Amino acid sequence: MSKPAITIENLGKQYKVGLRERMYNRTFGEAIVDSLRAPFRRLRHLSEKTDRQDTFWALKDVSFEVQRGEVVGIIGRNGAGKSTLLKILSRVTDPTTGRAIVRGRTSSLLEVGTGFHPELTGRENIYLNGAILGMKKVEIDRRFDEIVAFAEVEKFLDMPVKHYSSGMYVRLAFAVSAHLDPEILMVDEVLAVGDAEFQRKCLGKMKEVAGGGRTVLFVSHNMGAIGRLCGAAIVLQEGRVYFWGDTFEAIKQYSRPLSGSGTSWTRNPPFPDKPHLRHMYLCDESGRHVDNPASSGRYGIAIEVAVPAPKKNLLISVGVHSGSLYPLFSTESVDGGVAFGDMTGICRTRVMLPDSIFMPKEFVVGASLRDWSERYDSQMDVLRFSVLEVPSLANQVPKGRIGDLQLLCQWQKLELMEG
Amino acid sequence: MASRATADSGVDDAPVTLIEPKRGWMAINFRELWDYYELLYFLVWRDIKVRYKQTVLGAAWAVIQPLLSMAIFSIIFGHFAKIPSDGVPYPIFVYAGLLPWTFFANAVGSSSVSVIGQANIIKKIYFPRLYIPIASIGVGLVDFAVSFLVYVGIMLWYMHLPGLSVLLLPVLLLLTVMLAAGVGLLLASVTVVYRDFRHVIPFMMQAWMYATPVVYPVAILPEKYRWVMALNPMAGVIGGFRSSLLDQPIDWLSLGISGVIATGLFAFGLYNFRRAERRFADIV
Repeated sequence: MSKPAITIENLGKQYKVGLRERMYNRTFGEAIVDSLRAPFRRLRHLSEKTDRQDTFWALKDVSFEVQRGEVVGIIGRNGAGKSTLLKILSRVTDPTTGRAIVRGRTSSLLEVGTGFHPELTGRENIYLNGAILGMKKVEIDRRFDEIVAFAEVEKFLDMPVKHYSSGMYVRLAFAVSAHLDPEILMVDEVLAVGDAEFQRKCLGKMKEVAGGGRTVLFVSHNMGAIGRLCGAAIVLQEGRVYFWGDTFEAIKQYSRPLSGSGTSWTRNPPFPDKPHLRHMYLCDESGRHVDNPASSGRYGIAIEVAVPAPKKNLLISVGVHSGSLYPLFSTESVDGGVAFGDMTGICRTRVMLPDSIFMPKEFVVGASLRDWSERYDSQMDVLRFSVLEVPSLANQVPKGRIGDLQLLCQWQKLELMEG
Repeated sequence: MASRATADSGVDDAPVTLIEPKRGWMAINFRELWDYYELLYFLVWRDIKVRYKQTVLGAAWAVIQPLLSMAIFSIIFGHFAKIPSDGVPYPIFVYAGLLPWTFFANAVGSSSVSVIGQANIIKKIYFPRLYIPIASIGVGLVDFAVSFLVYVGIMLWYMHLPGLSVLLLPVLLLLTVMLAAGVGLLLASVTVVYRDFRHVIPFMMQAWMYATPVVYPVAILPEKYRWVMALNPMAGVIGGFRSSLLDQPIDWLSLGISGVIATGLFAFGLYNFRRAERRFADIV
């Protein structure tokens, strides 16, 4: 009998809150001052007898098994512990408690293109990246043509990748990782980058890997992809396994309304050193916050973005999902020709959606912030609201329509044919 | 960081990885280092390749740099300050010291910032972390090889050929590598936590150079203070290099002290790095 590919027992990972700012990255001088103060602080803590609130569990008591050849989706909101779980399984970081047993060669796509050097050519980067991912040179030699063909960069092989278009860059990066030939593949939201054609290709490749009897762990916010690819899914919530089992049941569990959901969201606690989304809310045409949208009316999403250090070519994208988290559409800041250029500080933006677009149903709206190479922040499902049914001129026959969105389309009466 | 054991039964012949919390000191996983040895090669190759991209003179810099520093030191210390040079022409005297010192200083300098420089890879992919600082030392070794060839040219130019003691060179180089790795690994793990060290290291290396008989002979020091110099492990190594290249009597005592310190520092650096590395992904 075959043993499970992955066995996870009571896995936990504890982080210290603000550790990066307070404990590390501090200067030597601060460290000396801190260590002088430490005894006093400890005394105070002893006397107060309070639990120190400066640690949190990114993962806690996580246990599950993945059989060989199974394709398992891992879903959960931001901060639920999905990435931490993959980081532990790919040995990037150690767990604090528990253990995991992984049987087979693993490879992880924890963000494509890590380890690429912009000055090196495509050819050179294939070898370098392959080696970092644990491939032997002979293996890379053997699969080289396949990688190049998959990435469609034949003509640019001897050009430094810094001159590549973002699409070429991502394709090449994914191609190297996808040809690792692992027994266990872990994928963390690679599909968030690249164009539609490429995403299709990636999904196809993953299906092929999964079909070849290999084990796949797939982290995604895209419920459509999870539903299509995975035979089982795990829902993580606040670091714990909330549900483990059938994919569709998992998606249902995951998309149940959260208590704190609503038409406005503010990041709490604030996010430090990276560009991030700060505040988002549903608004009307004058920018005022709207709490109960109706099926007739024009709405928009107001977004506040904070950029601590100058960044070029930032893109904001807003995604609208159905109440059960199937993606409906997304819109990108570049669509409207909005270029943020070289910006720092806090920027307020707004995207207005077409008039009376929502059917009287439930919707989930999220946003992400990225540039061509990196995703800085992504809040896939922070706004959730129900749309009230209010007939309008554009919507005089509310019954009998299908779908979640109502799109005002142009009808033309041509001629009446004699029959 | 996880231990690897081979298969338990016939059907399950896949490698089994056990992932557990780690505490305290850990053994060096030589098997894993061996599995990844090609990565070390590619890391060194990358750094060398990248260094000379978009430069007009390209790899010629590897020759120009040691020659220029030799010229500068010869003019200032040999010509103006008239520092004695044990009876050989000052240029070959100073080059024999600069050769190992430059390697040591560059290797320590680059390996100590290597881990923070590779933060993005460390946070995303697992591979033996030790190879990051070790690759920096490997790059230094390639430079050393080039400047050594330059030195062979200089010796031929001055017709100052070494004697049999030149056979000691591999041992001396090994000692230098161990010292550089020991200090570099130690500083690399400290620099991850305290970024100040990045700014301290250049000054530290400069001070260390003047505390080591690189541009001057040991003989310049008063007899009663020479024992202090012997505590500096690089003093023994540099002295050894010079004696071996210039065919002078070797100071075995000072070389022995260097050997002991080098071994100790190397082992401590390695194990300390292993202890620190498991936190890297959470900190960098």
